[in-house]
Amino acid sequence: MHIPDGFINAPVSIAAGAASLGALAASARRVSEELAERAAPLAGLVAAFVFAAQMLNFPVAAGTSGHLLGGVLAAVLVGPWTGAICIALVLFVQALVFADGGLSALGLNVVNMAVIGALGGYVVFRALRGALPRTRSGVVVASGVAAGISVVLAAIGFWVEYALGGTVGVDLGTVFGAMVGVHLLIGIGEGVITALTVGAVMSVRPDLVHGARDLVPSAAPARSGAPSGG
Amino acid sequence: MSGAHAHALYYHEHSPVHRAPAACKLAAHLAFVLIVVATPREAVWAFGAYAVLLVLVGSLARLPLGFALPRLAVELPFVAFALILPFIASGERIEVGGLALSRDGLWGAWNILAKGTLGVGASVIVAATTTLPELVHGLERLRLPRVFTQMAAFMVRYLDVIADELRRMRLARTARAYDPRWLWQARAIAASAGALFIRSFERGERVWLAMVSRGYEGSMPAVGPGAIEARWWVASLAVPGAAGVVCVLAWIGLR
Repeated sequence: MHIPDGFINAPVSIAAGAASLGALAASARRVSEELAERAAPLAGLVAAFVFAAQMLNFPVAAGTSGHLLGGVLAAVLVGPWTGAICIALVLFVQALVFADGGLSALGLNVVNMAVIGALGGYVVFRALRGALPRTRSGVVVASGVAAGISVVLAAIGFWVEYALGGTVGVDLGTVFGAMVGVHLLIGIGEGVITALTVGAVMSVRPDLVHGARDLVPSAAPARSGAPSGG
Repeated sequence: MSGAHAHALYYHEHSPVHRAPAACKLAAHLAFVLIVVATPREAVWAFGAYAVLLVLVGSLARLPLGFALPRLAVELPFVAFALILPFIASGERIEVGGLALSRDGLWGAWNILAKGTLGVGASVIVAATTTLPELVHGLERLRLPRVFTQMAAFMVRYLDVIADELRRMRLARTARAYDPRWLWQARAIAASAGALFIRSFERGERVWLAMVSRGYEGSMPAVGPGAIEARWWVASLAVPGAAGVVCVLAWIGLR
């Protein structure tokens, strides 16, 4: 559910576009430093993973289902900069290939989901990790709670954009209440699935979880083999 | 993925719009939607003119009318928001069919529906006439950072591979009678997501090693057609050009 063309006025859309280009350029620089010449294939494959993970429906209640957004999941698994780039790549492809989200609103969507959702969510994750014990379950809990909070933060980001450039005079308090209320519920699902997914990766390849690198001695040999499952 | 790297919205045809370089189409697309967004909502005729422009380009591309309609579903949550706007917006009320609706809210709903629909229409025309490699090449032409466009190239190349992997996992879960209805039954889905991440990451490493063994040094050689002829730019930018004239007239008309 991405912002379409015309929902937010042109000046705010253009400002968000400029801001997102700046954030992407900075992230791209960090990613090429971190991954060196592996950057393109690895980040590209992780972006394809995020895209697929967003198609993964999980049950919510009584047969209804939701789907993953994946901002904090990507940031915890591969690092905040690569994670933000991957979310932005997914948004680009969705806007250009699937007509999902307006091209003029692409900057707004990147700010909400890549900058606030992935980068901001990772800041929350680090803060939580500092407060929780330095254990594997600490990482799992921190990623889940951060994922839930990041969804609400992204909704607040949308609300700020709406307050600045929304095109109609609806009471801002009403919009805030509705957005935050709905996204609190979405955030619970996002948090649970993110925590379970991080836990699943931690149990097989803890060395691949960027947000838990301090728990894994870098000299330890990586366990080989992917988990079974189809 | 077929040889032409077609995607869900691609519509195979031979037309000038299909042949136009992706960079021209993307630039025209962006300029067009920005102009549409900047148009005052009270100038109803202007949105009719934009729609006529889109239909003209669509017929030049030989897209069947109605091809775009199913894609309009992506803006449904915002349509719902637009539909409740006249009831919740503040300001002066007017009587419409026995209901007291907000004048501001009605204009706001019209604004979102008209601009959002034109935006989806433009997106569908560009997506229907451009293959994935052309899109990535076009982004590169438009001077997006090369790191970014190369990641995009790998992403679109492996999108279907990863999505197929996910489909096989879902099939495997279903074959084992997994039919969750509640959030606390979702562990197997999360385990699939975790396994999918590991497989994607390891595939990325294998791809990289295979490329290194073939002499890859961190960037792909530039491929694709050479310089873009000026006539393509003129033809493509004529569309947002015409829209720009409409937009200016709409603003003048309001004075």
